Amino acid sequence: MATLSRADVEHVAHLARLGLTGEELERLEGQLNHILDQYRVLAELDTEAIPPTAQTIELENILREDVPGPSLTVDEALSGAPERAGDHFVVPAVLDAGDGAA
Amino acid sequence: MSASSADPTRLHVREMAAALRQGSLTARDLAAAHIGLAHRQDRALNAWVFFDDERALAAADAVDRRIGQARRKGTLDALPLLHGIPVALKDLVVTRGRPSTAGSRILEGFVGTYDAFIAERLDAAGAVVIGKTNMDEFAMGSSTEHSAWGPTSNPWALDRVPGGSSGGSSAAVAAFHVPLAIGTDTGGSIRQPAALCGVVGLKPTYGRVSRYGIVAFASSLDQIGPFGRDVRDAAALLQVVAGRDEQDSTSAPVAVPDYLAALPDSDDEAASSLKGRRLGLPREYFVKGMEPGVEEAVRAAVGALETAGAEIVDVSLPHTDYGLATYYIIAPAEASANLARYDGVRYGLSVRDGDVLADYLATRGRGFGAEVKRRVMLGTYALSAGYYDAYYVKAQKVRTLIKGDFDRAFESVDALVAPTSPTVAFPLGARLEDPVAMYLSDACTLPVNVAGLPGLSVPCGLSEGLPVGLQFIGRAWDEAGLFRLGRAYEAVTATAAWRRLEPTDLPRLDDPSTPAAAERLERAGRSGAGV
Repeated sequence: MATLSRADVEHVAHLARLGLTGEELERLEGQLNHILDQYRVLAELDTEAIPPTAQTIELENILREDVPGPSLTVDEALSGAPERAGDHFVVPAVLDAGDGAA
Repeated sequence: MSASSADPTRLHVREMAAALRQGSLTARDLAAAHIGLAHRQDRALNAWVFFDDERALAAADAVDRRIGQARRKGTLDALPLLHGIPVALKDLVVTRGRPSTAGSRILEGFVGTYDAFIAERLDAAGAVVIGKTNMDEFAMGSSTEHSAWGPTSNPWALDRVPGGSSGGSSAAVAAFHVPLAIGTDTGGSIRQPAALCGVVGLKPTYGRVSRYGIVAFASSLDQIGPFGRDVRDAAALLQVVAGRDEQDSTSAPVAVPDYLAALPDSDDEAASSLKGRRLGLPREYFVKGMEPGVEEAVRAAVGALETAGAEIVDVSLPHTDYGLATYYIIAPAEASANLARYDGVRYGLSVRDGDVLADYLATRGRGFGAEVKRRVMLGTYALSAGYYDAYYVKAQKVRTLIKGDFDRAFESVDALVAPTSPTVAFPLGARLEDPVAMYLSDACTLPVNVAGLPGLSVPCGLSEGLPVGLQFIGRAWDEAGLFRLGRAYEAVTATAAWRRLEPTDLPRLDDPSTPAAAERLERAGRSGAGV
């Protein structure tokens, strides 16, 4: 099992979409490596022939009737929106309009 | 004793229910007594993050009207037991028109647009929800110090933690602010705070209670359960919230028995149920770092069960020591996926910082606290390319081994009996800077979540003046068996001196010179807000 470098910590923070300060990154580097050390015990176990368990209650394919029913109204769905325009959530533009503006 | 002249907050649920039906107590007076006490003491305790006084009193008035009608019609017996009983919800139970923050700044100001399944069930039963309780952020923690709204204190010692993550619920029940509270337990978050606050807490079998409307932490481990001051109270709350719900595909189509019917009021009858029961004592649960006073109390409790006729069998759960690592891979991995939804676009905190990516980084960087960031980082790493097999799949395989340990043990015993927590409540701040020490708080509880089994913590005495918890672990779906064991243990220790004690620091909660919980943490030289 690996040791995390500062660059690894920054990479994982980017994957997790966490904006961290330099101080946070530094502390996390030490803490995460300390925690990863605790994971090493698992290597003692030979699990080659052991199937993984994702959930414990052996349920399969729970289905229900696909019947239309009442749902949230547009206003309810947008009631927590930090910014709303008409019936939409507002986010910064993600497409370049071609005029140089993002 | 007339219930109306005594302090109604000290009653058991069954006594409150009887007083309401007799007319010696109104639901409004019952609600008002609890609300008043909670308001008065919460500056020092900080068990609550939201009070819903108006709605609670209106609900209580409606209960009183229905009781009046039922009395006229002679149908009082048909009213649900929880009719008019005050209840607290952990602050991750979404309710319509009410805030739920899950202890996180990223959900500050979030207002629910629908009711969680269990909130609907409680409303339908006539329970009076008086507010929401403090918790570690997104239920990640064992001390309730990782709350964006400051730590909760332990009513037995205000400079100590109540446990966590459901520490607001356990402290509120211990301090008589409510007789019942809802918690969630992903690795011990009901049982450990129940133990540290000297109350009863049950983590049901995975799938017993619908998680619809509960803020998710680790979806293959999370389960909702009750807190109460005795086993029958806790059982009454599980009765209302248990059962299949189409809105949660992991809630199981398994029949829910009548829990209270199997829990006798007579101590003799309850104790006699121990005769011939085979209880396994897992030797690995007496872990390194267990406090001698805790071990002594737990072994004395096991001795009392044996004296009353239970057969104590030494058993081994050989993979117990791998539980911590297994849990701290699986739970953060699932959390990192579940918490991806907090993006600052649809609800909750939103920090604008340029483009969409910059918004995500700023919102999540500012909105999540230290422990949540650690776990999201761990989980993201464990799931990332190149490490998925080494960590996540490996942990899922060890999960199979841990579950197998329990399966084998239950071939020869009816239930397991063990400590709930290796220590009593620890001082505020003591483990904040050492995540691994904090994680070890749950060494005796998290294997039970990994295996999806039910676990019940009941008080079993004091060590150094602080409560110790005894844990019963059962086969899947055997909550009824655990309640019977817990009730039997209560019966055989009914006359124990410690049972008559109220939490030591309750008088200090009424003293205006007592500092608030957050001040006590600051004095301890630590702050939960930073990484």
